[in-house]
Amino acid sequence: MGILEVQNVNKHFGGLHALNNVNLDVEQGSVHALIGPNGAGKSTFLNCLIGKLKPDTGSVKFNGEPVLGKAPHEINQLGVSRVFQTPEIFGELSVFENVMIPCLAHRDGAFKINAFSMVMKDKEIRQKAEDILEDMGMKDKMNLHSGSLSRGDKRRLEMAMCLVQEPKLLLLDEPTAGMARADTNNTIDLLKHIGETRGITKVIIEHDMHVVFSLATTISVLAQGAIIAEGLPEDIKGHPKVREAYLGEAEV
Amino acid sequence: MKLMNDRTLLIIFAAFVLAAPLIFAPTGAAYPDLLQRFAIYGIFAIGFNILFGLTGYLSFGHAAFLGVGSYASVWMFKLLTMNIIPALILAVVMAGLFSLIIGYVSLRRSGIYFSILTLAFAQMSYNLAYSVLTPLTNGETGLQLRLDDPRYLDGASVEGTLPSTNLFGLEMKEVFWNPNILGYDLQFNYGYYVCAVLLIASFYIAMRIFRSPFGLMLRAVKTNQNRLRYTGINTRPYTLTAFVISGMFAGLAGGLLATMDPLAGAERMQWTVGGEVVLMVVLGGMGTLIGPILGAVFIKYFENIFSKINEGVLHSWFAIMPEWLDNTLVAIVSPFVGKGWHLTLGALFMIVVIFLPGGLVDGAKRIGGWITGANRRKAKAEAE
Amino acid sequence: MDAILLQLLNGLDKGSAYALIALGLTLIFGTLGVVNFAHGALFMIGAFIAVSFSKLMEISKITIDPDKVDFLGNPAKIKTPYVIEWFGNFGHWLVEWSVPVSVLLAIPIMILIGIIMERGLIKHFYNRPHADQILVTFGLAIVLQETIKLFFGANPIPQSSPDLLKGSVDFGVLVGFAENTIIYPLWRLVYFCFSAVLIASVFAFLRFTTFGMVVRAGMEDRETVGLLGINIDRRFTIMFGVAAAVAGTAGVMYTPINPPNYHMGMDFLVLSFVVVVVGGMGSLRGAIAAGFLLGIMESFASMPLIKDAIAAIGLPSIDQIIIYLVAVVVLLVRPRGLMGKAGVMEE
Repeated sequence: MGILEVQNVNKHFGGLHALNNVNLDVEQGSVHALIGPNGAGKSTFLNCLIGKLKPDTGSVKFNGEPVLGKAPHEINQLGVSRVFQTPEIFGELSVFENVMIPCLAHRDGAFKINAFSMVMKDKEIRQKAEDILEDMGMKDKMNLHSGSLSRGDKRRLEMAMCLVQEPKLLLLDEPTAGMARADTNNTIDLLKHIGETRGITKVIIEHDMHVVFSLATTISVLAQGAIIAEGLPEDIKGHPKVREAYLGEAEV
Repeated sequence: MKLMNDRTLLIIFAAFVLAAPLIFAPTGAAYPDLLQRFAIYGIFAIGFNILFGLTGYLSFGHAAFLGVGSYASVWMFKLLTMNIIPALILAVVMAGLFSLIIGYVSLRRSGIYFSILTLAFAQMSYNLAYSVLTPLTNGETGLQLRLDDPRYLDGASVEGTLPSTNLFGLEMKEVFWNPNILGYDLQFNYGYYVCAVLLIASFYIAMRIFRSPFGLMLRAVKTNQNRLRYTGINTRPYTLTAFVISGMFAGLAGGLLATMDPLAGAERMQWTVGGEVVLMVVLGGMGTLIGPILGAVFIKYFENIFSKINEGVLHSWFAIMPEWLDNTLVAIVSPFVGKGWHLTLGALFMIVVIFLPGGLVDGAKRIGGWITGANRRKAKAEAE
Repeated sequence: MDAILLQLLNGLDKGSAYALIALGLTLIFGTLGVVNFAHGALFMIGAFIAVSFSKLMEISKITIDPDKVDFLGNPAKIKTPYVIEWFGNFGHWLVEWSVPVSVLLAIPIMILIGIIMERGLIKHFYNRPHADQILVTFGLAIVLQETIKLFFGANPIPQSSPDLLKGSVDFGVLVGFAENTIIYPLWRLVYFCFSAVLIASVFAFLRFTTFGMVVRAGMEDRETVGLLGINIDRRFTIMFGVAAAVAGTAGVMYTPINPPNYHMGMDFLVLSFVVVVVGGMGSLRGAIAAGFLLGIMESFASMPLIKDAIAAIGLPSIDQIIIYLVAVVVLLVRPRGLMGKAGVMEE
């Protein structure tokens, strides 16, 4: 029994068979990487998991509970957080406010009219927000306007926003896309740090093999909408089909 | 976050509002009717700002709620009593219900779509009031008090005169103090102080909402609704609540307008009125606490001044100039004053949006920055 | 049956106007991503081009005819428009046909106004929030309509159609009904045909010319077309001009049906927005279909038979708000509108 079970998911866009009977079983505590060439259907697959798209057929179960057809906020409230390809933060708010919002969502649920208390005087929320910023090494920036942060800091902030919700499953969509080597390494360290201290299950979609092999405990390979291989990193490295579909071109 | 300043701000604001008949005396605006309008449109704008300023949802339909408030109040005056309390309560409740329905439909979409829908609903409400629901609204004549209205709580009225609105016997129109201070003839009436107290209360409510977790969520809606959804927040009830709150404020304002003058007409629901409140908030500074009130006062003040200016007044202004220059200036200026106030309003709209998107509050901050040199320091810090 | 056909026809002229304005709105939205709240004002300006032209044609030389006296006993004044004095029969023709001739005049003027509007104002708002775009075009709409009010006053100014196109056709006879059952004003028929031709030419222009193809591609994916080295911005500017011309000529031709006044633009704009919402944001065909659909529904709701039926079940007459009710229903059932594409205006 994995924390996330995906069975026979199919998705068509017009004539394009974007996902073809995809099965995936993510184990509790693992770091499951999903790799594949461009256009393999990775992002489509991720969007199906979080409620942005609805697959034509198949089932997605999180902790044994079906999540298909649920709205994004409902899936998040079950314990699934997502990091986007380009960091999605509340650009007009301060760093501190950015982190307080997921704290509130975690404590008060999807909707609560709490219009007469002072958010800044809420000790519990403040403490939690400060702690996570401390942990992510951003405490000195907490009063900055988040829109003015560097890209790396925005990524860090987004990660903090996801982690403060204490998710059971963290989905990462190309967390290092468009980053310089140094930033990429920082992100890898950050993700390792998260893994060590919190033990959250992660599904990571990635292009960069360096990142994948530094982090993943299990790898699935998606090509043309279907899973063509799955296994431990060292198995995947040597897998002939994968080499053909993907690694071959990448490592020449 | 200037948490400590909130109480000070509220006290200063309250003092200013309560002393307004004195403060506005030198500007010539200190007569009860206009001051009451300042306060009423201030309430309207404060409410609108909770929706537009915080969530960024631009509604053109809030005139409808203003109108609903007025109609509801006048019906209370006709049926129950001339005491304003039941009238105001019904105004707020009806506007709340009405905004719940319109908000529920309009908020299925966001952005431009939402604005279009609210504009359409405003027009529909106008048509409803103007013709379709004539039994309720008395069509184009407007709803008025009549001598044979039942007024069940008040009992029979004095023969031949229409009763006036009151608060437990204190007549709204009554001037209770009429001193002469520093050469100005001041008028303090009950009507203004009812509006003033409600304005201060509205300001306080808005302030609490701004600082609350609810307010934080609304601001998050404005900056990134997508992220908010993936953070486990169901955004629609939040925006709907904000919409209904702002609708209730508009209803209160509409009810207060009816307490000044107990009649309600369809023209109060026209999109131009809804457009005006948008302008008040934008001009004052959207998303700020004090901005909407500044905008409301600014616009109502200049509307009052401008619409009184006619060519005769202009000629007297330019009388010292040579005649050809006098005539030219009058020809240039006269389209913008008197009946041309709407042209000025439209032009002002464009100028503010183009050059001063942050509104008066932002403008004041910038000017303050130049004076204290904060801007230069900031620019310098950024350069380094 | 004949009554139904009559209402169908009655709905066509209003429907045409809605469709033409909505078409322009959709073109501008699709190409530039801006909702132009001043688009109704363009319709109104078109109408006032017709007014100005006919006023210009009627500037007359006044001569006194000593032989005749008016009813007060003064010598009668005879007005002879200068165009008639100068051009004779051609002048007569110009005065009589001033509305259709204004169309020719309106096309270049409206294109110019559209281009000035886009280059002078709207261009600066592409990178600003949507709310700012709405506000600035809204302000522009007020300025334009108040300016027209300044010059032409607040009262409607009736325009007449050419004598040849005055009067009515007995449409019923043409389709096999008894005489005098379906009498339809000729000019409304002209208006409908004019709109049909205009709509067809806009579609043909988009479909069969290279220019139109690039514009359509740009509507789908602006960035890629930009990368191909095609100057898409200039084409979009021209499209803005075209949309302005469509709205303007629609306004010119509408003047004999409804005397133009300064606020007609806003009245039509609000309804055209509803049309766009019902048709589906970004869909040209949706805008046309919904325009006619709503025009016809409006006409049916004002039909005595239906009014009586509604009154019989105790409801107030709904012809004033039928369009909005339809919009609400469509929106609740199909939030995207009848032909709306996914992903348009959905963040």
